[in-house]
Amino acid sequence: MPKQAAALAGVAMMCLAGAANAAWEPTQPVEIVVPAGAGGATDQMARMLQSVIQKHNLMKQPTAVLLKGGASGGEGLMDMKASPGNANKFIIAQSSIYTLPFSTNLPFNWKDMTPVAIIAMDEFVLWVNSEAPYKTAKDFMTAAKAAGEQGFRMGGTGSKREDHIISAAVEKVGGTKFAYIPYKSGGEAATQLVGKHTEANVNNPSENVAVWRAGQVRALCIFDKEKSTYTTKVTADQSWADIPTCRSEGIDFDYTMLRGIFLPSGVTPDQVAYYQDLFKKITDTPEFKAYAESQALKAVFISGDDMTKFLTEDEALHKKLMGDAGFLAK
Amino acid sequence: MEALSSLIHGFDVLLTWQNMALMLFGIVLGIFVGVLPGLGGPNGVAILLPLTFSMDPTSAIVLLSCIYWGALFGGAITAILFNIPGEAWSVATTFDGYPMAQKGQAAEALTAAFTASFVGSFLAVVLITFLAPLVAGFAIRFGPPEFFAVYLLTFCSFVGLGREDKHKIVISLVIGFLLTAVGMDTVSGQLRMTFGSVELLRGFDFLVAVIGLFGVGEILLTMEESFAFRGKKAVISPTVVFRTWATLPKYWLTLLRSSAIGCWLGITPGGAIAASFMGYNIAKRVAKDKESFGQGRIDGVLAPETAAHAAGTSALLPMLALGIPGSGTAAVLLGGLMVWGLQPGPLLFVEQKDFVWGLIASMYLGNIVGLIVVLATVPLFASVLRVPFPTIAPMILVSCAVGAFAVQNAVFDIWLMLAFGVVGYVFKKLGYPLAPLTLALVLGDKAEDAFRQAMIGARGSMTVFFSNGLVGTITIIALLVLFMPLIGQAVAWVRGTRAPKIEPEAPPVSAPASEA
Repeated sequence: MPKQAAALAGVAMMCLAGAANAAWEPTQPVEIVVPAGAGGATDQMARMLQSVIQKHNLMKQPTAVLLKGGASGGEGLMDMKASPGNANKFIIAQSSIYTLPFSTNLPFNWKDMTPVAIIAMDEFVLWVNSEAPYKTAKDFMTAAKAAGEQGFRMGGTGSKREDHIISAAVEKVGGTKFAYIPYKSGGEAATQLVGKHTEANVNNPSENVAVWRAGQVRALCIFDKEKSTYTTKVTADQSWADIPTCRSEGIDFDYTMLRGIFLPSGVTPDQVAYYQDLFKKITDTPEFKAYAESQALKAVFISGDDMTKFLTEDEALHKKLMGDAGFLAK
Repeated sequence: MEALSSLIHGFDVLLTWQNMALMLFGIVLGIFVGVLPGLGGPNGVAILLPLTFSMDPTSAIVLLSCIYWGALFGGAITAILFNIPGEAWSVATTFDGYPMAQKGQAAEALTAAFTASFVGSFLAVVLITFLAPLVAGFAIRFGPPEFFAVYLLTFCSFVGLGREDKHKIVISLVIGFLLTAVGMDTVSGQLRMTFGSVELLRGFDFLVAVIGLFGVGEILLTMEESFAFRGKKAVISPTVVFRTWATLPKYWLTLLRSSAIGCWLGITPGGAIAASFMGYNIAKRVAKDKESFGQGRIDGVLAPETAAHAAGTSALLPMLALGIPGSGTAAVLLGGLMVWGLQPGPLLFVEQKDFVWGLIASMYLGNIVGLIVVLATVPLFASVLRVPFPTIAPMILVSCAVGAFAVQNAVFDIWLMLAFGVVGYVFKKLGYPLAPLTLALVLGDKAEDAFRQAMIGARGSMTVFFSNGLVGTITIIALLVLFMPLIGQAVAWVRGTRAPKIEPEAPPVSAPASEA
């Protein structure tokens, strides 16, 4: 035990020394804005970041998680927009930074914030109930087409957001029709699939991993260009890496979602550099890596000009996908 | 008897000095959190969550769940003393608890509330211990039509069983539905009735409305009655606890019935609030002298408290077994589980036996310790009513404002609370009931979502609400309850008499049955 404590103290001191080199440090307790409800994937990420910062002593100021999930997270986005120059506050954003303004005319754009870093990409998987007869995505699509007018029910989180966009894109490339049922959370969508109230969902790995491990749902394909890199077995005989890509299964579509950190607008380059450094350290900790693996998050670290380029392209992609699906607000 | 040996193992894990100390600390803290309106269980648990990051999971959940138990107990205190529900499910407790306090029976009401909470939670924990796997399977059968049927039953039981004029109940419900529609609509993904305002984006929070309608509204009323504060003649002696207990055995049926309602609604997620109202309404329905409900009856306190706490406790089961939080606090606890490295879901019971059974054992012990702590403080809390109203009113108002602010960290909510206070005052003056409005505010958008999800899934066919035994039964009961006054009148008319009947199946009609 004393050895471990010493090692921990050593790490802590190194981190402190690292922080001392930076020109700027938070001057007040730092708020972590969560544009989502309690217990969801974003809230869990915030709590994890908070615990890693605390455990490794990465910041002198304490952190507080602020849930601003009203209007599907629009409340959190507007809160960031209304805090220009406040560097003691960051948001954990995902694709709602584009989908919300596009679908509801919310007066917001990601350029109203300062990009810091994208710390992970979230995957989407096509899931069905494990008692369903179709074992592959091909079989599923054939069955969905055959169901015709009485088409399959597809569960998902919210309306005109990532799950709905994927559902609409699958309809388009597969020439089929789903009755998309929007639920309040991914957890609800998972349980409803287990209870056979829907035929399928396109949940994130984190939202379905519990019921997958319990053998209640089956993963048909992953909506990414390549397979996951996590090869540790999650269920009795499957790892994330064993799930084939949807493109290889004849569903010609891929989609991943950013998990990124933003500061309010009008902050100084020093302050951005501080947070870039902080999140680089966080993503290098064993805790973050273990967390990313448990949620099957794709490990990336994109910051600076690369991030701006990514966001610009990603925004254009969402505009196109949502336009095709008829989700754009008039 | 596998459950029993697992439970004994759980106690084994739990009974360390460190855990016991955490338990006591958690309960005392929870009571404080529960007493302050607005600063309810979810906030208390969320604030303390970072403290637990370095603890082992069992100690952490013991601390946090004991804050939850404490807050559950504490929510009733302000409901009874000041007509301010500390938690959403304490609203029904105010109906008879506050009149009791005004009659000088605050200590009796508090004792009854605490004991009822204990009984409700205890029976729910027993249920969790022995039926966990079965119960988890039952919850999965609930799809959108089933959820809608349960919400419909709650609304219908208000209209059908309510004491007030039917048209006033319906008007109050409709205003609640209107308010709850503000903000993001889950099904269409569109903003509704926000008029471009950023503050309205998050909609009207239930707690802010409740603090305003009940708390501020009550202060306005009392001010009008020239500061007459009827509670101050309360005679308080430590023996009041035992005297009240002596009267409780004869209400065993009320306690058992409410526990059953609570457990059932707690397992179908999101039911603690519905449970308290339904527990109250059914107790009133089967009572011989319905008119005395709302005037300060002890079973009017027992019924909602038992049901709410049975529901609040059994709400933890879907969280552990399925990963769906049944309440706000459960949602925060869920976040905690992930940080401690646990994955809620069907395998938790298999892979984390120490944790699960330690938690269940802590439910037993936490409830017993909690009951002792709160009962010891009954005389203390009841004596608060001796403080002159002009002294205490500003303090209540400040704590209301702090509570309203704490819900979302928004100053706008304080203004909203004051506006709701005026609404509450006007409602009371005009004899409109507040409870249907608050109920619609909590369950209205859930009911709407469930209805529209059911319609999407069934391609617009209403027959989905009768498509299987479970949903069909609930829907039919709901419709029967809604038209009960009319049915009662019809039965009476057929028999050629309007005299009230005693048997529960042929409901007597005393209220005018105009369905607006």
